[in-house]
Amino acid sequence: MTGTPYLLSFLDLISSHLAFMIEGLPVTLSLTAYGMGLGFLLGLPLAILRVYCGRAGKLLVASYERIMRSVPALVLIFVFYFGVHTSVIEIPGFLAVALALGLCSSGYQSQVFRGALESVGSGQMDAARSLGMGRLQAIRFVIVPQALRFALPSWANELATMVKDTSLAFVVGVAELMRRADYVRAATYDPLIPFLLVAGIYFAIVFPITRIAGTWGQEKKRLMVGG
Amino acid sequence: MTKVVSVRDVWKCYGKVEVVRGVSFDVEEGTTTVVFGPSGAGKSTLLRCTNMLLIPDRGTVFLRDVDLMKAGRKIDYYRSRFGMVFQHFNLFSHMSVLDNVMIGPRVVKKMPADQARLVALEALEKVRMKDYCKHHPSQLSGGQKQRVGIARALAMDPEVLLFDEPTSALDPELIGEVLQAMLDLAKEKKTMICVTHEMGFARAVSSEMIFMDEGVVVETGSPEHFFTNPSNDRTKRFLSRLTDLYGRHEEKSESVAGKK
Repeated sequence: MTGTPYLLSFLDLISSHLAFMIEGLPVTLSLTAYGMGLGFLLGLPLAILRVYCGRAGKLLVASYERIMRSVPALVLIFVFYFGVHTSVIEIPGFLAVALALGLCSSGYQSQVFRGALESVGSGQMDAARSLGMGRLQAIRFVIVPQALRFALPSWANELATMVKDTSLAFVVGVAELMRRADYVRAATYDPLIPFLLVAGIYFAIVFPITRIAGTWGQEKKRLMVGG
Repeated sequence: MTKVVSVRDVWKCYGKVEVVRGVSFDVEEGTTTVVFGPSGAGKSTLLRCTNMLLIPDRGTVFLRDVDLMKAGRKIDYYRSRFGMVFQHFNLFSHMSVLDNVMIGPRVVKKMPADQARLVALEALEKVRMKDYCKHHPSQLSGGQKQRVGIARALAMDPEVLLFDEPTSALDPELIGEVLQAMLDLAKEKKTMICVTHEMGFARAVSSEMIFMDEGVVVETGSPEHFFTNPSNDRTKRFLSRLTDLYGRHEEKSESVAGKK
């Protein structure tokens, strides 16, 4: 690969490193997408359960959240990749990481959506019910659409965290950004440049997300006063 | 005259506080009933029990001859036969004015979009808000929001309209336009139950007034009765205080009423 790095100019070296690492970007991004997607699909219904389904729902979801938020993502990755993988079915590294990150994220996303659901005023439910909507209809057509808007800023922060957490996939051999950076380190015996470069790539992805989240935060304030 | 709503010995408590303690009254078709009384008297709770937004602890409400406490799963349908207008408007903030008014017919009556649009536009026309279809609630004044709230209730073509202090959250100069819309409805012989302190409005259109205090009906009667010789001391005291407090509003709503 970079067999003779010292014959190349420094810039060429960097660009060839970057080119190699960037090939891991689709993997990082799709891990992010699956993790966030699974976290959303679990987190939103859990939040609804917690807010609208009485004491039992609240207790159930609160315990789930606590567990998911207390277990390190890395542990879950190992559970799926080594534990479940060997004893029951074959789970490729990618799937193991996506599942683990998704489950972890569901605990956090559930909290984000719970806060958002609770910030929709009770008058909205009253108004929807007064029109003759059932609880589920009111939640679907009135409460959730508003809650999702409120949730956007915090959700975007979750997204930023998720992008960074996909680097854990490194440990089970998924060739995402971090893994590829380590390949470069191994091939070049240069422990600094590859990791600085990959840090730059993560920054380039995450920074815009947090900036957008900030803008949405302002938008949220505007939305909350309306109505 | 036929009774549209009969409230029968309704009780409601929050925890240990009994907010409504055995209230009964009837509402005749095409009339306006005004409920008034000091804050904490249980007026809003009573109104919410009327359309089963709150389930009474005891007693029941009849809509025509249907016992709402025995309606079971059809309760959502019967609730849709009541229109409700809220003190704080409660417009759906993520929707345009038109969508706010359309969503009831769309979701509850499963009406096709084009038909629901016509119904909504007609309702908005009635409250003179048709020109604001595309606006969002956050772009409207309080009076405009409340008129959209009325249109949203009207779009369901309810048998009874419930107003829960519809002008109490409004600046004085915005009260007139909302009262005007309510007066128009009263003149059209809509059946209405209004919790309000707008005595000018009450005098102009109500056929029966109900004075509540501490969860019970203290006195009922025609507006003439209340304004000429209320029999109960508490009523007298409240009415005289109301004139002190709300005198200016009253003049305003009277002048609106007088124009008609």
